[in-house]
Amino acid sequence: MKNNKTARGYLVNTLVIAAAFILFQMLTGIFGGEGDFKLVLVPSLWQCCYLILLAASLNLVLGFLGQLSLGHCGFMAIGAYTAALISLACERAGVFTDKAGLVYILIIFGCIIAAGLLAAVTGLLVGIPALRLKGDYLAIITLGFGMIIVNVINNLPFCGQDGLSQGSAAASLYKTGLGFGSKAKVTYLWIALVVTIVCLTLMFMFVRSKYGRAIRAIKDDEIAASASGINVSSYKVLTFTYSAFFAGVAGALYACANSSLSTSSFAFTNAGILNSTFVVVMVVLGGMGSLTGSIVAAVIMFFVNYQIANGSWVAALPPLINGIFKYPMLVYAVVLVIVIIFRPRGIFGTYEFSLVRLPEDIKKARARRAAAKAERKEAASHG
Amino acid sequence: MAENKVPVLETKKLGINFGGLKAVSDFNIQIYEGELRGLIGPNGAGKTTVFNMLTGVYEPTEGTVLLNGVPLNGKKTHQFVAAGIARTFQNIRLFGQMSVIENVKVAFTKDVKYNLLDASLRTKKFWKAEREMTDKAMELLSIFGLEDAADLPASSLPYGRQRKLEIARALATDMKVLLLDEPAAGMNPTETAELLECINTIRNRFGIAILLIEHDMSLVMNVCERIKVIDYGITIADGLPEEIASNPRVIAAYLGE
Repeated sequence: MKNNKTARGYLVNTLVIAAAFILFQMLTGIFGGEGDFKLVLVPSLWQCCYLILLAASLNLVLGFLGQLSLGHCGFMAIGAYTAALISLACERAGVFTDKAGLVYILIIFGCIIAAGLLAAVTGLLVGIPALRLKGDYLAIITLGFGMIIVNVINNLPFCGQDGLSQGSAAASLYKTGLGFGSKAKVTYLWIALVVTIVCLTLMFMFVRSKYGRAIRAIKDDEIAASASGINVSSYKVLTFTYSAFFAGVAGALYACANSSLSTSSFAFTNAGILNSTFVVVMVVLGGMGSLTGSIVAAVIMFFVNYQIANGSWVAALPPLINGIFKYPMLVYAVVLVIVIIFRPRGIFGTYEFSLVRLPEDIKKARARRAAAKAERKEAASHG
Repeated sequence: MAENKVPVLETKKLGINFGGLKAVSDFNIQIYEGELRGLIGPNGAGKTTVFNMLTGVYEPTEGTVLLNGVPLNGKKTHQFVAAGIARTFQNIRLFGQMSVIENVKVAFTKDVKYNLLDASLRTKKFWKAEREMTDKAMELLSIFGLEDAADLPASSLPYGRQRKLEIARALATDMKVLLLDEPAAGMNPTETAELLECINTIRNRFGIAILLIEHDMSLVMNVCERIKVIDYGITIADGLPEEIASNPRVIAAYLGE
């Protein structure tokens, strides 16, 4: 039997998620799913969902396992193209007769799972050789693999430059399959939310089991971990594969939310929101070793990115400052530098937000602050 | 030590070269169940190199390591641990960011039966295994008087307790032979005395074989049944503590001729 506190935690979380879901459905009813709700809020939620998954899955490798991987968007690209191609094949085979039917939803979920699986297989194949290296060398090799993946996709005849990436063709490619229009995004928002919640739960379960303990041990001290009977290389590859799976799922959600796919949006040189360094920034911002931190950081970075691209206040700024916002990477760099100066371990550090433990944690934090204050006072009085 | 008994740990002509340098050569040792052996030698004699060969960190260039008569050639460190050889380190290597109890639980990992699916779905098997692990870990911690610190980060413990935790973690791997690399290094006399008591307790309680590297002569002379002395990678003496203390070659190696 599990202990009571854990059971209560599960219950509280489930209830809160259910309540949030019902509340959201009610809001949809009130707003009628139109206007800004349809054109801004819902697409934003879609984007947040896949960014959260992307950041949280990279956190498994970067924060918990302690290995710097710079090719995470490569796995996302694989997921996105897998989902899109399966959906396309189904459409050409004439399976999508009815866009709202059960078959349609099953195929969407099939696409998402297949995307994750193929990304995981690629993660396994990349991880086995790459994880023999450490630190900077691993970073470089994963960076290379990320680029290779994007280039391979680019040159495959059925999904490269002449395939899915053609803007005009893309719209027709997606007539009935993925690539939801703004109306379908509202209808199927639940898919994104359910997939995100399920994936996050799986990641939490992974981290809070022998696997999580083993990989945190590897992060702290590899030699001691292997001297404690942990097969370091197999746990590394397992975590890398597991993480690639969720990056693939994030890619599938991306394919759902966009009417066209282009490999350039996953490329390392992409200045937009989807490049592997941006994901690293999200993880560091949220705190390496905190999944809840990654969730918060993904939402913050989305907001920053959205404001840079769409905020009316940006346009109103004097041209000199305004110019900076033409280079979003500069802004992310500034955000990262500020975080490193004031909270070197990220917003959350390794702390995990928990509804059940919240009152307890607040009490503890207050006590800590009071103790620190008293110490400072004492030091001042002595000095 | 009956002659017909198979030694728990045995090495046959164990040796290793680093390039042209013979770091250790012709190292033979037999350790029987419940025995406490000492391995001493001046700085740079090759003691830790022997340990590294006994735990699979270095692959010996010649000779074999046998555990209960089974050779362990070509195996990796974690396979040595799975076979039953656990160690502690000269400079403490704990998982500093993890809690004390988690440090011990990590060592149970290889014996835990549940798989990824059980962990994801939180099946009964998962909870049962986790609960058993917590109980076993607490039991081990209580032997070392660490149960009150179970939820503290390991790095926050004082030096002496960190040592004990490292031994507890090694014991958690369910080993047959425990290798202790200078456990008393950097300890004050009180802590050393406590450690001595600790080593005796685990020996009586678990009936395991222990091989101890130590600089602290009083500790070695007090607890070890037999002592082996190496210098420049070559065994120069092997015998009872009294014999070692009066052996001219040992005295020469330590004090110079």
